[in-house]
Amino acid sequence: MKKSALPLLLLGLALSAGARAAEMTTVEADKSALTFVVREMGVAVDGRFRRFVAQVRFDPARPAKAQAAIDLDLASIDTGSDEANEEVAGKAWFDTRQFPQAHFVSTGMRALGGNRYEVNGTISIKGRTREVSAPFTFTPGAAQSAFDGEFVLRRADFGIGEGAWADFGTVANEIQVRFHFLAKAGN
Amino acid sequence: MSRPPARFTATAIALHWIMAALLACLFCVGLYMHGLPLSPWKLRVVSWHKWAGASALALALFRLGWRAAHRPPELPAAMSAAARLAAHAVHVLIYALMIAIPLSGWLMSSAKGFQTVLFGVLPIPDLLEKNKELGEALQQLHLGLNLLLAATVAGHAAAAVKHHLLDKDDVLSRMLPARAGRLSR
Repeated sequence: MKKSALPLLLLGLALSAGARAAEMTTVEADKSALTFVVREMGVAVDGRFRRFVAQVRFDPARPAKAQAAIDLDLASIDTGSDEANEEVAGKAWFDTRQFPQAHFVSTGMRALGGNRYEVNGTISIKGRTREVSAPFTFTPGAAQSAFDGEFVLRRADFGIGEGAWADFGTVANEIQVRFHFLAKAGN
Repeated sequence: MSRPPARFTATAIALHWIMAALLACLFCVGLYMHGLPLSPWKLRVVSWHKWAGASALALALFRLGWRAAHRPPELPAAMSAAARLAAHAVHVLIYALMIAIPLSGWLMSSAKGFQTVLFGVLPIPDLLEKNKELGEALQQLHLGLNLLLAATVAGHAAAAVKHHLLDKDDVLSRMLPARAGRLSR
């Protein structure tokens, strides 16, 4: 069984390498999504960011050479309620007047096997920069390819939610951030 | 057919007064929290309100079941047909509101995208998809039903006092906790 499967496996690898030769360079922002889940009083509440610009250079055959950068407009947050959207723009949270954007810049990527990869980089929010690592899956498609991944951001690392909000009993420290980027080859 | 009891069962009396106190607290906390600015305190109070409201719904359903299984004492013979009709209508309306009000709150939470997790541990399923307009409409409904309940309960309480002071019958006393020397049968 193993012996007879080996040539097929090699053929499959050769074919997929040919199909995956294209480098993904253009992220389609309107078809991509940056969402998050935050636990308030133990309840998972969904939110998202409406405006961001993502740049990526990714060839699945050469992940070590891949690059990614995201500029995120923090005022475009949608927490699910107008009152909360106003609150998180304020000084205790993102302080969007002084720090309108969050930035992510990759420092490296590596293959984890199959269609799974890992991106490492730095996130800057509210004047503080932290290292972050996120596993993601790459799903190649005919027109566009998809990047889907998630990581945990600790809001206290960036001073997101200070003062009365610093207590994790009402709003948890760990925020699950999820990304879904659709990208195509070429410009 | 057996003779109707002269008093409510101890369980029915306990349920009546526990729910009266719980609903009064829920009503006041609901009005109070609505005016609060967003803060950790507000998140806590809103969660407590939702937990208490879900508990009130469970109690109301249990109470309906108890009411169906235990015959209540009859209304005084001296009451007119109109007064009997009014009394029954008010009782039916209060039972309906005790179910409808927590349901509207639950639906409103679902539509606003904030699931109810009882006591922070038991998730209650979301019955609706997230929908802002629907959430705001349900909030208005929740308020309207509560104002209707407040008006109905005021009439219910006024009628009980009228029975006690003017008609001098046992309509109020038979719903009061049994005292020494006047135990329920």
